[in-house]
Amino acid sequence: MSALTKVMISPHIHSGRSTAGIMRDVLIALLPVTVAGALIFGWRALLPVFVCVASCVALEAIFNWITKRRQTVGDLSAAVTGLLLALNLPANIPLWQCVAGSLFAIIVVKCLFGGIGSNLVNPAITARVFMLVAFDSLAVSAFPVDAVSGATALSADKMPSLLDLFLGNYGGAIGETCTAALLLGGVYLLVRRVITWHIPAVFMGTVFAFSLFMEGFDGTSALALVMAGGVCIGAIFMATDYVTSPATAWGKVLFGLGAGLLTCLIRYFSVYPEGVSFAILFMNILTPYIDRWTKHKVFAKGGRA
Amino acid sequence: MAFYLRGIHVPHRKNTAKQPAARMPAPQSVTIPMAMHIGNPAIPAVRVGDLVKVGTRIAEADGRVSSDVYSSISGKVLKFTEYLSSNGIAVPAAVIESDGEMTVDPSICPPAVSSRETLIDAIRESGVVGLGGAGFPTHVKLDVAPERIEYLIINGAECEPYVTSDTVTMLTRADDMAYALQMLQRFLGIKNVIIGIENNKKEAIASMRKMASSVTGSAVNVKSLPSVYPQGGEKVLIYHTTGRKVPSGKLPVDVGCVVLNCTTLAAVGAYLRTGMPLVEKCVTVDGGAVKNPQNVIVPIGTMMADVFAFCGGLTEQPAKIISGGPMMGVTVPGADTPVLKNTNAVLALTAKEAKLPTPTACIRCGTCTNTCPFGLAPASIAEAYEKKDTEALKALSVETCMECGCCSFVCPANRPLVQINKLSKQLLMEDKKKEASKG
Repeated sequence: MSALTKVMISPHIHSGRSTAGIMRDVLIALLPVTVAGALIFGWRALLPVFVCVASCVALEAIFNWITKRRQTVGDLSAAVTGLLLALNLPANIPLWQCVAGSLFAIIVVKCLFGGIGSNLVNPAITARVFMLVAFDSLAVSAFPVDAVSGATALSADKMPSLLDLFLGNYGGAIGETCTAALLLGGVYLLVRRVITWHIPAVFMGTVFAFSLFMEGFDGTSALALVMAGGVCIGAIFMATDYVTSPATAWGKVLFGLGAGLLTCLIRYFSVYPEGVSFAILFMNILTPYIDRWTKHKVFAKGGRA
Repeated sequence: MAFYLRGIHVPHRKNTAKQPAARMPAPQSVTIPMAMHIGNPAIPAVRVGDLVKVGTRIAEADGRVSSDVYSSISGKVLKFTEYLSSNGIAVPAAVIESDGEMTVDPSICPPAVSSRETLIDAIRESGVVGLGGAGFPTHVKLDVAPERIEYLIINGAECEPYVTSDTVTMLTRADDMAYALQMLQRFLGIKNVIIGIENNKKEAIASMRKMASSVTGSAVNVKSLPSVYPQGGEKVLIYHTTGRKVPSGKLPVDVGCVVLNCTTLAAVGAYLRTGMPLVEKCVTVDGGAVKNPQNVIVPIGTMMADVFAFCGGLTEQPAKIISGGPMMGVTVPGADTPVLKNTNAVLALTAKEAKLPTPTACIRCGTCTNTCPFGLAPASIAEAYEKKDTEALKALSVETCMECGCCSFVCPANRPLVQINKLSKQLLMEDKKKEASKG
């Protein structure tokens, strides 16, 4: 009589993909821009990074422990939220504000809504907006020498050169200035199949097209407006968050289009110098509807051949 | 056609493709269930103590959708036990003790076929059922008005990892396949045959092309298809070979197509040519716990334990024994399970190979939605199922799901998506019954 073996539903093999593996890839993709931020803004720029990541992970761990849920910090999503939040803040942000922002991102936006997968909006983006409204964070300049008054190059009188914009040699949030590092991270994510090209390309493309139109078809200015500010980090890393963006290709295209449009509308027609965070937040709210409108066609549904 | 359905790349692990199949000697005893097919269990035609030979009929088909059962060894009927099949239904099973001789029943002779009706009768007598795994009686599948069959599609895709028994058929039983095709052409008037084979089987494609040229009176095309799982799924294969879409709830014959697995075709050909009914199967024996993985020709009813012993035994206690491939195969509770008509692989997976990640929360990555060959949204189905929302489930077309396993395979949270789809279908059926009883 042979020993008994497991009886379970198929499939009996798995691709090996995991949430932690995907998050690990995102952290790796963000390494170049984190290093670039430290080089451009000084090693002090790593303090908000450390505080945000540590706060986010600790807060999620504590929440799970207090509410007697399964511990989820091992999936690295809290770490990713922390890093993304930090990279969206200026280097000289008061560290207590980092903790406050992390608390808002993890406890309010993520855990109270049901944890990973259940949040309606992007935790890092929403926390950034919260910090802007609560602490006026974006108004703090970050560039030590040649202080540009205003958090981003967009509110300055003179736009930096294309090369400076590409290398990140100007004032702004820790992770948003170095376009080169962001693109490198983006290519890594594409190769690893963590993201698809749809949202980044359509988002950045829409911003370029709108800006081109508004800047009298001046290609250099339009390109500068794509590289300056939070468009690159937003399009590649924030708008592509799985939970808060549509699933299908056409859904992603609509999302990128909407985000790009809103970014430009806010930039050109409102008091705010930057619109990326609001644009992504608003598109997050629309995502359930976009998903409904852009479902795949089911193969031969219905009674007729 | 340019558009290919979505799917996934599974690890091929075709470790046994290069070696020829080995024929195992008669085991001490075989246990042959009365139902190894879709439809009514066959009615036993022998009693305890009866002497049987290879090819002796031991059970008769009960009704139209049923199949005859034959003894695969020579010996004595020892007893009848109860066999619990994988769908939970218990059927009687004949335990036959071998006399070691493997004497063939002297009444075996090629059937007399002179018309469509006699051909269908002969195929019914052969005991052949869908050998791709589903086990649908072949004579019922072919018993349709001949003008309804525009294409006969032969399934040589074999898209599951490990399994290579169909490849063995295509390499070594081309003449049986050709004989069957010729008979089907002659008596069913089949004019167009397409043999669909995944492109990772170059020798099989060559062998089939050679076989195709020997069949007269009908066009036999061999199509090389991308090795994307689930290429062998009936509706997927029909779409990729003919461009036709079988609507949900309908049969392939409704779009003019009949699909036969290549081993089914070979088994039909062998019966028509020699009169020997379905008594043995070539099964792929593989998995980390098997000492010498190989294809083995096994008398039907042989216990898997005996098959493993023939392959050098098991190197460790397997965690899972699977009948079929790892994507859609059925786990069995131990090696004391017989090889059936529709078994095409026996896999013994080690604990390491069988280990699956712990399910975690859905992160709405959309990979399941973007890999489903039928365009379903398993993540949305799971959400609707959790809320027991039958309206949403109907709108999500869950009845179209073929349970291929692509969604579960790619899910980073390893959610039991196939299971949820199955449960959703059940929920909808119960809901339908409730509605019917109300009205």
